[in-house]
Amino acid sequence: MSAPTRAPKERRDVSRRRFLGYLVAAPTLVVAAELGRQQLFAPPGASAAAIPSPPQVADAYDLLDAIRDTARPTANLVKVEVNRDGTVSFALPRSDNGQGIITSTAMIIAEEMDLEPEQVNVTLADSRPELVFNQLTGGSSTTFSTFTPIRVAAAIAKGALLDAAAHLLGQDVDTLTSRAGLITGAGGSAIPFSELTEAAATDVTKQVEVALKPREEFSIIGTERGKSDARAIVTGKKQFLADMKVPDALPTVICRGPNLNSEPLSVANADEVRNMPGITDVEMVSTGVAVRAATTGQAIDGVNALRVEWDGGTVEGENDESVLEKVRAAELPLAVPSVPGETVEGDFTFYFRSNSALETNMAIADVRDGSAEIWSALKVPITVQHDIAEQLGMPVNAVTLHVVEGGGSFGRRLFGDAAKEAAEVSQKLGKPVSLIWTRADDSRQGRTHPMATSRIRAVVAGESVVSFEQRHTSVTTDFGHGLGDAATAAAAKLPLGAVGFSEAIWELTQTTPYDFGAQTRVLSEVDLRFNTSSMRNVYSPDVCTARDLIVDQIAAKMGKDSYEFRREFLRDDAMRAVLDKVAEEGNWGRSMEEGTAQGIGFHIEYKSFAACLVELDCRPETVNREIRSARTGPRVTKVVFASDGGLIINPLGYKAQVMGGINDGIAMTLTSSLHLEDGHFIEASWDNYFYTRQWNTPLDMQIFIVDSGRPEPGGVGELAVAPTCGAIACAYARATGTVPEYFPILHKEPLPFEPYPTVPPIPPSPTNGLEMAR
Amino acid sequence: MSTHTFKVNGETVTVDVEDDVRMLWVLRDVLGITGPKYGCGINVCKACTSHVNGKAFNPCSVPVGAISESDEITTIEGLADGDTLHPMQEAWIDNDVAQCGYCQPGQIMAAVALVKRCEAEGRDIDDEALDEIRNICRCGTYNRIREAIKAGADNM
Repeated sequence: MSAPTRAPKERRDVSRRRFLGYLVAAPTLVVAAELGRQQLFAPPGASAAAIPSPPQVADAYDLLDAIRDTARPTANLVKVEVNRDGTVSFALPRSDNGQGIITSTAMIIAEEMDLEPEQVNVTLADSRPELVFNQLTGGSSTTFSTFTPIRVAAAIAKGALLDAAAHLLGQDVDTLTSRAGLITGAGGSAIPFSELTEAAATDVTKQVEVALKPREEFSIIGTERGKSDARAIVTGKKQFLADMKVPDALPTVICRGPNLNSEPLSVANADEVRNMPGITDVEMVSTGVAVRAATTGQAIDGVNALRVEWDGGTVEGENDESVLEKVRAAELPLAVPSVPGETVEGDFTFYFRSNSALETNMAIADVRDGSAEIWSALKVPITVQHDIAEQLGMPVNAVTLHVVEGGGSFGRRLFGDAAKEAAEVSQKLGKPVSLIWTRADDSRQGRTHPMATSRIRAVVAGESVVSFEQRHTSVTTDFGHGLGDAATAAAAKLPLGAVGFSEAIWELTQTTPYDFGAQTRVLSEVDLRFNTSSMRNVYSPDVCTARDLIVDQIAAKMGKDSYEFRREFLRDDAMRAVLDKVAEEGNWGRSMEEGTAQGIGFHIEYKSFAACLVELDCRPETVNREIRSARTGPRVTKVVFASDGGLIINPLGYKAQVMGGINDGIAMTLTSSLHLEDGHFIEASWDNYFYTRQWNTPLDMQIFIVDSGRPEPGGVGELAVAPTCGAIACAYARATGTVPEYFPILHKEPLPFEPYPTVPPIPPSPTNGLEMAR
Repeated sequence: MSTHTFKVNGETVTVDVEDDVRMLWVLRDVLGITGPKYGCGINVCKACTSHVNGKAFNPCSVPVGAISESDEITTIEGLADGDTLHPMQEAWIDNDVAQCGYCQPGQIMAAVALVKRCEAEGRDIDDEALDEIRNICRCGTYNRIREAIKAGADNM
């Protein structure tokens, strides 16, 4: 229950900072605040031990700041509306694919308005072109960017309701209390929000000032709350895109070519396939041949029956090692010469990894009569809306784009690949389509985390690290979803001069948490026409893996313990508190059996500090355990994780994000990768692509929140991945005595599967399901 | 086209569709029962896990022609007893398991079948039993799934 708060104190306390918002002209109470304008957060202070490193860009100004600041010039209003039934509505201009931001946003509004979270109805906003760069869900930025503006709007709404109630009750506003949507005055007289919303409404939009509820009075923020859609999920009622019924939008599947991005040249048997059971349409489009049918299964059968001539795609004849050679050729030299006896160096390779979610790429499109209506899970809908308008030859306002909750994202939903394709198919057919990528398409043709190398050279003199250089070289990461533009615009204000957008993201996200003297981190990219994107982070998991492995080696060279060394060289006490927490709770340094070891990783990003301690079992009986069609290998038996993420809205949701990040880190470091062979990725499904499964996940996982009292929420969606990767890599080196040189560590092990053919493109569904029932 | 009659979630239904169309598409595209999800179509990801005559099965891998009139299919929509949730569904809510939720109907149906099977075989719901679950969760909710299954099993 939210505790009653007295209105006057918080609204008249001149010592507290006041924020601007608007009462919006409307028949009922509508208030608004500007996204991107409000800020409480100050960068952490640095205290130096060892040789202080000069400030790094991301320390004072990081990607979260960039995303927020890019929005400053636009008047990007987010609106809180009080409905006639007393509930409050808010359309969140973000995309929820399981992160729990709908739940946490309801909590933020409920807190400020002294409501119960159930009284707040949060939905996802359609594409809103006027928000320009301010409808981006990425970089773990949602809560950081929206926290204060949403609170401002909610606080203004509550103030207006209190004023209206004071007027109606004929009482001084100072005597009123508000709880759960009921405003109560002296003598017990009370009026619900439902009866106040019209009285509180304004017929002229006006600017108002408001102070926010002080943290000491929070009764909802910081409490554990289950996801708002939990019951709908466990009863099968939650509607994903594929579950939506749009009239006549029949299932549509694309026949894709054998190589990455193969384009169709001709179709030999379109009429024959058109006559197959259930099939209504067969049409060549830019990415393949579309088949529309009564059921998805029949569309798949049609796809597999097509005889299509294809071009060689964008990476014809290439394989893992040929691409690695090209990446190597783009590597920049390290600046400090290698000094025998004083240098610690490492060179690590990271193979392609898929960010395919469990719900494949999907979109419903109805493009007829000069307008388009499209439904998809999109994290940057404005960019997609513009692209589709251009592609269809329509004005932007003829394209309506509905943002639907997605079944996972991990970077995939930054792009509108399926939405654009569905729009093209629907326009060509003149019919609505429900376009679904098959799993094989999603895995082989979908976006990947690019192959990269990360090289580090550190110069050590006695007890000090004099310099620390990291050179990251990568197949180009596609930021074409619009984040690139936002970051570039923001980066132009930095003391960096003109930089490309990848370099901007690099500088805004990458920072080394240690005092290692002179530090440089440089990114170079080579564009090889792969379909790439970020994947539950862009660079950090790989950068952190390389850094933690070298940090362990520097510690060893100085004869220091891995934890003690990190502790000594971390830049401030708040970071140390997080590291200490995992060391304590995880019993760092305990005696371990041969073939097993602990490892520790540390990372700072998203205004957060995170440490991970793992225990890894590399004994042969564990590594070689047999599970059908599976990657087993070393098992992470225990994870102890701690982070300081500033103000935590919902600890239960926060820890859920950390848990997911840990399981991602396990996959990235040990098991999951794509293999490029002869111009295509061979993985066509989940028993080919080894994301973490129950037999890989830790048996003991402990997650701790460290609170140093910072006033604003940092990011958590991607936070846990990098330090988990670092910890596992270090544990592996310690358990086996071999420092891994490429990732995932099992990438080159024999494949426990026979790759599916690429023609026909979709592995046929088995028919023996009843025999396997158990 | 041919006619197929069977029971889904307690109701007898008849569909007119080719014999070889997999049950996943009969449920989803023909009957509009969308709890079972498509995640792979080749009985690997287990997102469509439902029950046939009380056992876990994957409708993506069963042609409708293989289903007989006496077969009773239960999807996630039919697991609760009216408004009273199954103990496993309650455990899922209590443990705040779901993130995106896409795989969770299949996870819950697999969990219920696992608990029943272990009980029949006289086995505990221990780490070894939980490691047998093949259902993928790309959000990585595995650890809360394990906790929820243990809690749900206690109340089944």
